[in-house]
Amino acid sequence: MKVLVAVKRVVDYNVKVRPKSDMTDVDLANVKMSINPFCEIAVEEAVRLKEKGVATEIVAVSVGPQQSQEQLRTALALGADRAILVNTDETLEPLAIAKCLKAVCESESPDIILMGKQAIDGDNNQTGQMLGALTGYGQATFASELTIEGGNATVIREVDGGLQTLALPLPAIVTADLRLNEPRYASLPNIMKAKKKQLDTTTPVDLGVDIANRVTLLGVELPAERAAGIKVEDIAQLVDKLKNEAKVIS
Amino acid sequence: MSTLVIAEHDNSSMNVATLNSVAAAQALGGDIDILVVGADCQAAAEQAAQVDGIGKVMVADNAAYAHSLAENVAPMIAEIAAGYSHIMATATTTAKNIMPRVAALLDVQAISDISGVVSEDTFKRPIYAGNLIATVQSSDAIKVLTVRGTAFDAAPADGGSASIEAVGSAHDSAKSSFIGEEVAESDRPELTAADIVISGGRGMGNGENFDMLYNLADKFGAAVGASRAAVDAGFVPNDMQVGQTGKIVAPDLYVAVGISGAIQHLAGMKDSKVIVAINKDEEAPIFSVADYGLVADLFVALPELDAAV
Repeated sequence: MKVLVAVKRVVDYNVKVRPKSDMTDVDLANVKMSINPFCEIAVEEAVRLKEKGVATEIVAVSVGPQQSQEQLRTALALGADRAILVNTDETLEPLAIAKCLKAVCESESPDIILMGKQAIDGDNNQTGQMLGALTGYGQATFASELTIEGGNATVIREVDGGLQTLALPLPAIVTADLRLNEPRYASLPNIMKAKKKQLDTTTPVDLGVDIANRVTLLGVELPAERAAGIKVEDIAQLVDKLKNEAKVIS
Repeated sequence: MSTLVIAEHDNSSMNVATLNSVAAAQALGGDIDILVVGADCQAAAEQAAQVDGIGKVMVADNAAYAHSLAENVAPMIAEIAAGYSHIMATATTTAKNIMPRVAALLDVQAISDISGVVSEDTFKRPIYAGNLIATVQSSDAIKVLTVRGTAFDAAPADGGSASIEAVGSAHDSAKSSFIGEEVAESDRPELTAADIVISGGRGMGNGENFDMLYNLADKFGAAVGASRAAVDAGFVPNDMQVGQTGKIVAPDLYVAVGISGAIQHLAGMKDSKVIVAINKDEEAPIFSVADYGLVADLFVALPELDAAV
């Protein structure tokens, strides 16, 4: 069974992002970039499928700038067998990324596509679902448990009310939520080995994909700051304030 | 300009979260219709028809739509969408699952989690876990939007008497099937709908200590939440998580107990009207967003609070 796992290069989750001084976009100059944490969980799940003998090959794919090779090397160090970079310097929207991934699916014919439920930069939470529509495959988003047996995936999903279990015939798309697994750290020997693994580069043009953006970013702003509050001395004062000043309890 | 609001429901009743999307549609202006896609969902449709200012309610009632499977519901919505300029749904896990699939079927770029309507084609939305707000303009003919519920006050649930009509055909893709669900049963209000939320963090120490919060919550008629740290530590299940990676809440009163205030938690609760923080570390970032902060050991403060109310 072949697994395609998609990864995205994003601002590291520990970085506090700031707007550019002209407020046109996020300031990404000299900011640490990493693999999107949800994508890392997807890679880990792929590696575990291979370790269980369910998967035979893991292909990592990223759509982004040349530097996305770093994130693909991370995926290779974690256990992916080879990688594909769909290289573009444009900032693509989820629909365009999904179209690129669809083209990769057509050439690679994976049995399952694993990806993160969302990227922590745009917080769109769209690409997996869109790839589902474009390929016609079933989708199981926000997965917290994945089992593969007899050509079917059984997925436990995290939904607002609790947990939902779905069964999907393969090929299917599964997007990872936080609790799917805890990714390992890549060992030094594996990082060295990853440098020699195959990494092919293609472009949206080569794939015949229209990547024109539909949405224009007009600007960014900082969210409204909350006015500083006060410290209360004890519970009695707190209860008094909540009753008589804020009037939120009676 | 006309907006189609996709109802969130469990077939037997409409979820009030739908009313936040109706409010966002009203902010946009123009005609508003509601689409209910479900199975034996007439009761939910009748509730939708009561919402004030709705043109009509359309019902796609078929067994294939019983569990809101995206592969079946998305083509149903896409089939109806052609007649509208905007398709909206409140950003619940159901809508987040379905709406991008609808957008791709229509070949449009969806806009997720809008927190403001600037104009017919321009919207505000949080990015980077709410650390920045982006203003974005869509050039697509049909705008497919999910709405951040906490950013729009719910529209009135009654006062209307819209007509109800049956629409659509059955889309049964067989690309996924429903096996089961584990719904967290609770007598307390739902986190995202509660007027008061009391949340515990890693400082609670273990799951048993959350009983103190449950007792307090029952006195206030409050919901109980948790930080991601408390969930990751295994104190409580994930459906209690408040934060960027959990639920986004904006109650009248939010009480954070033993929560340090990581960025990802603040992103899920900082739109609450009044915030109280109880933490023994006076440097904890949670105090920077709290209206009332109490520097105290929660194991002393909680019993006192319990006794005082």
